Amino acid sequence: MSEELLKIEHIKKEYGDNVILKDFSLTVHRGEVVVIIGPSGCGKSTLLRCINGLEPIQAGKITLQNKLIDGKSKDIAQIRQSIGMVFQNYELFPHKTVLQNIILAPVKVQKRNKKDVIKEAEQLLQKVGLLDKKDFYPRQLSGGQKQRVAIVRALCMHPEIMLFDEVTAALDPEMVREVLDTIIELAKSGSTMVIVTHEMSFAKAVSDRVLFLDGGEIVEEGLPEVFFENPKTDRAKKFLNTFEYDAVKHHNI
Amino acid sequence: MSWDVMQQYLPLYQEAMLLTLYIGWIGVLLSVALGLVTALVVHYKIPIISKIAKVYIEIFRNTPLLIQLFFIYFGLPKIGISISAEMCGVVGLGLLGGSYMAETFRSGLEAVDKIQLESAMSLGMTHFQALRHIVLPQAVSLSMPAFVANVIFLLKETSVFSAISLMDLMFTAKDLIGLYYKTSECLVLLVVFYLIILLPVSVLGSVLERRLRYASFGH
Repeated sequence: MSEELLKIEHIKKEYGDNVILKDFSLTVHRGEVVVIIGPSGCGKSTLLRCINGLEPIQAGKITLQNKLIDGKSKDIAQIRQSIGMVFQNYELFPHKTVLQNIILAPVKVQKRNKKDVIKEAEQLLQKVGLLDKKDFYPRQLSGGQKQRVAIVRALCMHPEIMLFDEVTAALDPEMVREVLDTIIELAKSGSTMVIVTHEMSFAKAVSDRVLFLDGGEIVEEGLPEVFFENPKTDRAKKFLNTFEYDAVKHHNI
Repeated sequence: MSWDVMQQYLPLYQEAMLLTLYIGWIGVLLSVALGLVTALVVHYKIPIISKIAKVYIEIFRNTPLLIQLFFIYFGLPKIGISISAEMCGVVGLGLLGGSYMAETFRSGLEAVDKIQLESAMSLGMTHFQALRHIVLPQAVSLSMPAFVANVIFLLKETSVFSAISLMDLMFTAKDLIGLYYKTSECLVLLVVFYLIILLPVSVLGSVLERRLRYASFGH
């Protein structure tokens, strides 16, 4: 197996008495695509925020390439450059154009050459089919376009790992596809990713490993083919069943 | 109403307008700087200083400029600090304006969604970089309408400067009325000159608001 990139060891996350994650551990290898699914409030999004150091944890530790992730440490900004995060509501900067959104951090944070960054940004925009929108403001884009820009923005930092937090939850069904196709392309190119999603068929297509989370712990874990076809636990079966519908047709009058 | 009289007074009014503009704009600039710092201190709840900032805001927002000017103009010399009337005007306006601007910018800062900051930090920005490139521009843009209102309000407040014998527009008008009793002419000129100062500000403000409105659209 390839290098261990992200290591989450026995972390615990709670808000007051409310335990969100209890004794959660996960190791992600380079090039691996891990999909996390589970009912709302099971701690999926919180987990991603912990990985990014946006949420403090009460116990355990998270390391990326053996560097400790701690939201309070001085190095956190440095480490976050290696973690690309895509949010549910895009979180593009409304006062900057598409191109400015993308190049801001590489130029100001990584101090890279502006011309080179622009060139790379344009290539990436071309790939996701949005080059013609580079001088648009976020408000002039559709949800799916915004989310693709957000993905490009994260990619342009050359992250070691990408985190996707329910990136299609706020999108119209037609736009879901364009965003998910972008992510699948990324997966093909060997990016390491942790994806939280409610899109089951996408999860099945993109993942190397599926984690089913409920009540702050991993209930079931396995290969996508196995998990989606033959879930072992009752809770996972029940959860997957909520995505199935029984046909109710009354055309034979 | 006599046009001749008005024409005769014109140079005096022009001079007074320059003084009003001069003190007014320096005062406004001071209040912007002071307000921004105060707003940041309060927004980030910096210990002790934020308490002092809040007391400052409440004191200066809730007392008339006239009283503040009296304290600065007549009070400070009593403790051995004497400054010119112009300086008093600038300081007074700056302190009053600072308290208004502080609340204006604070409302802007609070209106920027916290996740914008997180989004910036997730790209590896430090808190300071995120503030400078992401939060502050949006906050300023969101507080633009209130900001323009404050500027107009402050420039109008300069009319009390006459109380500390600054020869501003109000002083000149009152002086001329006292000397020659041409009340209508003097008052009309006064209105006209205030409009000359303030209308461009108002127009510029609307243009600025329109240009910066992108931030208020959010996602």
